Amino acid sequence: MLATIGATTINTLDALGAFSRFSWKTVAHMPAASMRRKDWKLLMPQFYLIGVRSVPVMVITGVFVGLVLAAQAVDQLRAAGLESRMGVLVNLSLVKELGPVLAGVMLAGRVGGALTAELGTMRVTEQLDALRVMGTDPVRYLVVPRVVACIVLAPLLTMYCNLMGSIGGWFVAVIVNHIPSEPYTYYTAEAIEKWDVYSGLAKSVVFGGLIGLISCFKGFTCRAGAEGVGRACTSAFVTSFIVILITDYFMLRLMQDMYNTIWGFKPLL
Amino acid sequence: MADKQNNPSDGNTPIIQLIDVHKRFGTHVVLDGVNLSIPEGQTLVIIGASGVGKSVLIKHIVGLLQPDSGQVYYRGQRVDGLSEKKFSKLRRNFGYLFQLSALFDSMTAGQNVAFPVEQASKKSRAEIDRLVATKLRLVGLDGVQHKMPTELSGGQKKRVALARAIALDPEVILYDEPTTGLDPVRADVINELILRLKNNLRVTSIVVTHDLSTVFKVADRVAMLMGGNFIFDGTPTELRESTEPRVQRFISGRASEEDLLELDGAA
Repeated sequence: MLATIGATTINTLDALGAFSRFSWKTVAHMPAASMRRKDWKLLMPQFYLIGVRSVPVMVITGVFVGLVLAAQAVDQLRAAGLESRMGVLVNLSLVKELGPVLAGVMLAGRVGGALTAELGTMRVTEQLDALRVMGTDPVRYLVVPRVVACIVLAPLLTMYCNLMGSIGGWFVAVIVNHIPSEPYTYYTAEAIEKWDVYSGLAKSVVFGGLIGLISCFKGFTCRAGAEGVGRACTSAFVTSFIVILITDYFMLRLMQDMYNTIWGFKPLL
Repeated sequence: MADKQNNPSDGNTPIIQLIDVHKRFGTHVVLDGVNLSIPEGQTLVIIGASGVGKSVLIKHIVGLLQPDSGQVYYRGQRVDGLSEKKFSKLRRNFGYLFQLSALFDSMTAGQNVAFPVEQASKKSRAEIDRLVATKLRLVGLDGVQHKMPTELSGGQKKRVALARAIALDPEVILYDEPTTGLDPVRADVINELILRLKNNLRVTSIVVTHDLSTVFKVADRVAMLMGGNFIFDGTPTELRESTEPRVQRFISGRASEEDLLELDGAA
């Protein structure tokens, strides 16, 4: 029993150390890569794969989260006579929490799995070794563009998710439940500050970076064979998902403390 | 780590030298004090059973693996322990044909061959295209530039990978199981190519294989790896005439009593 706990602890610390070295190497390559025109060309295909092809998933996620949030809240708020404030609840939940977290989770599922599978297959078919033998650092050539694309595109995809969620919420409130549009939008605009939007987007930047790093790391360290690649993909998604939730809590606390220190507590009701 | 002063064989320096190289994975000892010295221009074929550590050995030469202890030299310069950045420049002197070809699936055959040139030089597109055509012609495949690796046969993949390996005119070419998975005729084409590259480009070649047709066709020298060390080192003729029972068993393809006992145990 003790031996198992000890072995698990050592393995976990070992993996954490390897991940930290991998992340540091990736970050250390970024300044030089940003100066090389050759490296810019590597970004465009990643922008397409990670960004453009994720838009439909983000749109569907955003719309339905907005619809569900509004549909859940409408009866209770109407009973309390607060239905005109429904936009505050729906949109604040979206921009601060659900938008960044759900966009992050969808990105981890759609893109993270694909990145791990691609790099894992390259590893087991010796393509990573081939890159090294030809004098090209696989981290610079493969990981940096993918992680940069995740960092840049995660907030953009989150904005799509937020926008579509807002439209979904407005649709349920105004079109389905006949809540007047003007007070709905007025109270929403009153309650939501730039800080709320930016803090959500700041989270998504961090989530994007973590998803990129975790997925690439899992691909680079996956075991041989189809089973190894499959396991790495599952592990990349599960790890990204858990890390997103944990990071979300700590970033929320940090953002709240920063807001309260600068502007003080603001009641919404 | 990398210094010329440490080289024990100044004077008549071999192009590659391994001294007392040890490597283990977990508790499994793969290389147990391997010593190897390869003169320039020689074609050395390393033979041995599957999983004996032949590929592991040549990966030490290009720094894909680092020894647990021991030294690796290239042209008198100690290279084990070199940083990845320093090694990446040095690796341009090596061509490496991987067992699975390791062509990049997202690129065409032409882009694969062009890749090392684009990374290492500032040649124009037209110059690179000409070079790619020349290298593919050398392996008898000019015209497949626009094909994806999935559209090529196993033998064609190996030849495109070989064209890529020689794209930067390396001094040393390492072949990892070059004929594995090919029919005897295609395997002979690859053996012929190894010979031609040796004669035309005057490169030093290290071939890892368990294919005896490769041994007797291309080797100047043969070394047999077993139990973490070399049990034979000599010419192909000496290999054929060797009285060492393990060598004889390998070249005649006979299983030992021990191997058969394992089989009985499994049954």
